[in-house]
Amino acid sequence: MGTALQLLSWALILAGAFFTLVGALGILRLPDVFTRMHAAGMTDTMGAGLILGGLCFQGDGITAVRLLLILVFLWFTCPVSTHALARAALQGGLRPLTGTAAQRDVAAQTPASRQDP
Amino acid sequence: MIRAAGLWVVLFALWLLLSGHYQPLFLTFGVATCTLAVGVAYRMGTLDDESAPFHLAWRAVAYVPWLVWDILRCNVQVARTILSPKLRIDPAIVHFRASQRTDLGKFVYANSITLTPGTVTTGIVGDDFEVHALSKGLADGSEENEMNRRVTALEGEAS
Repeated sequence: MGTALQLLSWALILAGAFFTLVGALGILRLPDVFTRMHAAGMTDTMGAGLILGGLCFQGDGITAVRLLLILVFLWFTCPVSTHALARAALQGGLRPLTGTAAQRDVAAQTPASRQDP
Repeated sequence: MIRAAGLWVVLFALWLLLSGHYQPLFLTFGVATCTLAVGVAYRMGTLDDESAPFHLAWRAVAYVPWLVWDILRCNVQVARTILSPKLRIDPAIVHFRASQRTDLGKFVYANSITLTPGTVTTGIVGDDFEVHALSKGLADGSEENEMNRRVTALEGEAS
């Protein structure tokens, strides 16, 4: 395999790893289950997509097609599970934080505002 | 009948792709399995436009690249939101009116909304989509109108 393809492959894999990392960071930073779902969605779509896309260049043609099939099934099932999670949370009585309330919740977690009286 | 044949071809292509064995014995197994699966689907009465949406296939060729590009764009936006020290979020429940006529169209639209980070479909009542957005800017309407229009176009005239 050419060096250029190898570089492209690694660039895609590293970009996917980056988005997965940001998704994980988002799950830690965001205030409630509904906002965290958006961060988790990032790892499903971009994280998995870029990593699988990068891996396509590492094998032969049929392996690439199979990897793309994994991605197709993943992109069909992820929204369904996310939707089910949101429905379950709403059904369980959780109400999403909205607007300024969410901002205040985030602010309360930062060290600077914790020293406020 | 055309639909059954189409489903069989798709199933067998998938089987060939995933198995990687092309000896006569395995091919016979594949043919038998696919025939059985299509037969069961036929007996259950689930061989309709929803389970085998071949009528959407050629229009989907135009929709999928646009959706992938949109997912990319929204991912970058959400990543920037998460990485910004201030974490400027403004979560909200917003409502969209969907213009799709079929359940399949609504399914595609709802899943497309959920697939783009920053928006998750939480409920559908008739034409009314309830969507949770990470910030109102991610669901200001213009973006969703564009997606709504494209999914309705994907539905086409038939069905």
